[in-house]
Amino acid sequence: MKDVRIWDGPSAATDEAQTASNPTRRSFLRIGAAAVGGMAALAAALSPLRELDPEDLPDVEEFLQKHYKEMTAVEMEAALARIRANVADRFGVEPTIRDPKPLDGVEFVYALNLSRCIGCRKCVHACVAENNQSRSPEIQYIRVIEMPRGTLDVEKGDHHYDRPQVPDTAHFYMPVQCHQCANPPCVKVCPVEATWQEPDGITVIDYDWCIGCRYCEAACPYWARRFNFAQPSLPADELNPDMSYLSNRPRERGVMEKCHFCLHRTREGRMPACLEACPTGARKFGNVLDSKSEVSEILKTKRVFVLKEEVGTLPRFFYYFDERYPNTIDPEALVIAEQLREEEGDAFGAMDVGAAGRLVIARASGMSTEETCA
Amino acid sequence: MKMYLKFLSRCFRLSFVGDARYYAWMFGLTIVVLVGINAYCKQFVQGLATTGMTDQVSWGFYIANFTFLVGMAAAAVMLVIPVYIYRNRELHDLVIFGELFAIAAIVMAMLFVTVDLGRPDRGMHLLMRFNFPSSMLTWDVLVLNGYLFLNLHICGYLIYCAYRKQRPSALFYVPFVFIAIAWAISIHTVTAFLYSGLGGRPFWNSAIIAPRFLASAFAAGPAFLILTLSVLKACTSYQVPEKALMTLRSIVTIALAISMFLLISEAFTEFYTQSAHGASAHYLYLGLHGRTALVPWIWSAIALNTVALAILFTGWSRKPVVLHTACIMLIVGIWIEKGMGLIVPAFVPTPLGEIVEYVPTLNELFVTLGIWAFGLLVYTILVRVTVPVLAGRLTHDQRFRQTLEAEYAA
Repeated sequence: MKDVRIWDGPSAATDEAQTASNPTRRSFLRIGAAAVGGMAALAAALSPLRELDPEDLPDVEEFLQKHYKEMTAVEMEAALARIRANVADRFGVEPTIRDPKPLDGVEFVYALNLSRCIGCRKCVHACVAENNQSRSPEIQYIRVIEMPRGTLDVEKGDHHYDRPQVPDTAHFYMPVQCHQCANPPCVKVCPVEATWQEPDGITVIDYDWCIGCRYCEAACPYWARRFNFAQPSLPADELNPDMSYLSNRPRERGVMEKCHFCLHRTREGRMPACLEACPTGARKFGNVLDSKSEVSEILKTKRVFVLKEEVGTLPRFFYYFDERYPNTIDPEALVIAEQLREEEGDAFGAMDVGAAGRLVIARASGMSTEETCA
Repeated sequence: MKMYLKFLSRCFRLSFVGDARYYAWMFGLTIVVLVGINAYCKQFVQGLATTGMTDQVSWGFYIANFTFLVGMAAAAVMLVIPVYIYRNRELHDLVIFGELFAIAAIVMAMLFVTVDLGRPDRGMHLLMRFNFPSSMLTWDVLVLNGYLFLNLHICGYLIYCAYRKQRPSALFYVPFVFIAIAWAISIHTVTAFLYSGLGGRPFWNSAIIAPRFLASAFAAGPAFLILTLSVLKACTSYQVPEKALMTLRSIVTIALAISMFLLISEAFTEFYTQSAHGASAHYLYLGLHGRTALVPWIWSAIALNTVALAILFTGWSRKPVVLHTACIMLIVGIWIEKGMGLIVPAFVPTPLGEIVEYVPTLNELFVTLGIWAFGLLVYTILVRVTVPVLAGRLTHDQRFRQTLEAEYAA
């Protein structure tokens, strides 16, 4: 076989007398040509990087920012100022971003009355509107499962139910979101401590620290975590400017996010957006350390249960059926469903509402917020 | 020091020397690497949405290949154990090729994890807040890097000694060889624990995962070495004793038999019990609610492995062509079984019972091929340099021209 060489071997000299006089020059030219060709090919391979939006790249401050738990108060102020400027720049809105701390003597739990859930998915859309999730692709923290009566096996449920009329009385509806476990597997597996449990029981994520390995998503038994596979898109007029560092500030591509019990609201004495949006009052939220709270009362008096108790995660999210209506939906809730259906038509109960429908719901939930505050 | 740098520069120059087949091979690999880089740049710009992964199936092809390659790296130890524990002389000189492959495999495995990250730019966060010992991923980072350095040290030391025409001092490498034996088992065990420790994924949450990983790795790894050594035998003057290949053949046969046994044990438990925990296994082997994307894959894997095992059990597999065919079959079989067959079904159905199937995208395949090509490029260069050094054609007291002359003569 005839040798093809980039580096000139000595035998090349015997092949051609001509090159024997100047082997170094010939090999230099060959190496040069190979190097130039190689560089050109590499440049061509790297060409997609030209489409990189400079705004998507982390700036120096973000790159050098410390882990949440290591930041001093001053450093946190600087980080918040950076995010504020960034949001103002991107969305043209000056947000009120802050870092509310967990309150002493508070441990939040959620309780959900399955007899009153009508499967309308208002909680799903209120959550998206509140927490600045990406709209395209749409990221939803809450998944409502339509379950046949007589089982709690989620594999028998339907995630994508799309009926002209909810609720369907042969089913019950089970919304699932982050259970804020007391023994969270997601926290255990994170290699960089980007997610942890706060003293008030809320498991949070430092979006500026997450490396996007998705191990937490694999570890979660409740499928509560969501990943930003693409750059999140959020129209400026849908931005919720009321935000905090650990909850609903806009996220970036390549990081994990999930339900945080609306901590920017709940740590300041308000209720989570999903609860406020619920038209039937199926959702109950509060401080379990306060023995007089509604959730404490429910835990004491109702036959509550948690999902997948056998995996040992100790969820802070409890379900129960109203003893009066073990096999039907609460008639009061059915009346509410009937009214809403008349008012809202096709948008009622839909899984993905279009941009227009979402605005309607956002406005509706905004109104209910004002009512609650008053 | 100066001498060492000269050694490295000579190795670098030597890696550009070869016959037409060598250039064609290296050129082809380089093209594939460039295609892979191009695909990764697209992924870097647009995010992991360029892959087939979703919130439902959040790990896919990259992690599957990572798992397979960790096993391949660990399998180098199956050459080392016979030599250093059972004093098998035939394999002695071949150990180094196994360890060189371990280096290439670890490099590939690490690249696969890196391309799977959503934010590779934050890699240094690993150094700043390392969640050890809680996260099994941090264990994996430690053992993989440790194994890489152990093998770099052992190979580097032995090759450099040969270059300097010195007898290697046992003190400087034998203890490391023994550490590497235990370490090799640890890298695959830790990688198995990464999955088996997750209570929310019943398909992985099984004590048999780690033994299954080891058994399948100890079949696929030595099978790959049989192929490599046969290429060396055909393309270079390097002497590969027939007996060595036959020892590897027995190792592959036994490991594959154990691997198949463990697979059957696992399948029995899942299917006989008929509990809800078996949904993923059901999806993998038979399909679930009419979704059958993985069914053809796993049955091809089982068919490949069964036929390979049957061939290996017979004396027919002493014939090189037959042996090579069986090796290729079982490598592909185990790659499917451990890749698509182990990673993806754990996500189907999701913990909330939703069924979303996963198919890798073209871009994802290009990135994967690019990493494989890069690993083979690294391995080829390592072997290409090592052969003349061990044969005494590249030593410190020779001029580089003499080496080249010897190379062309060889």
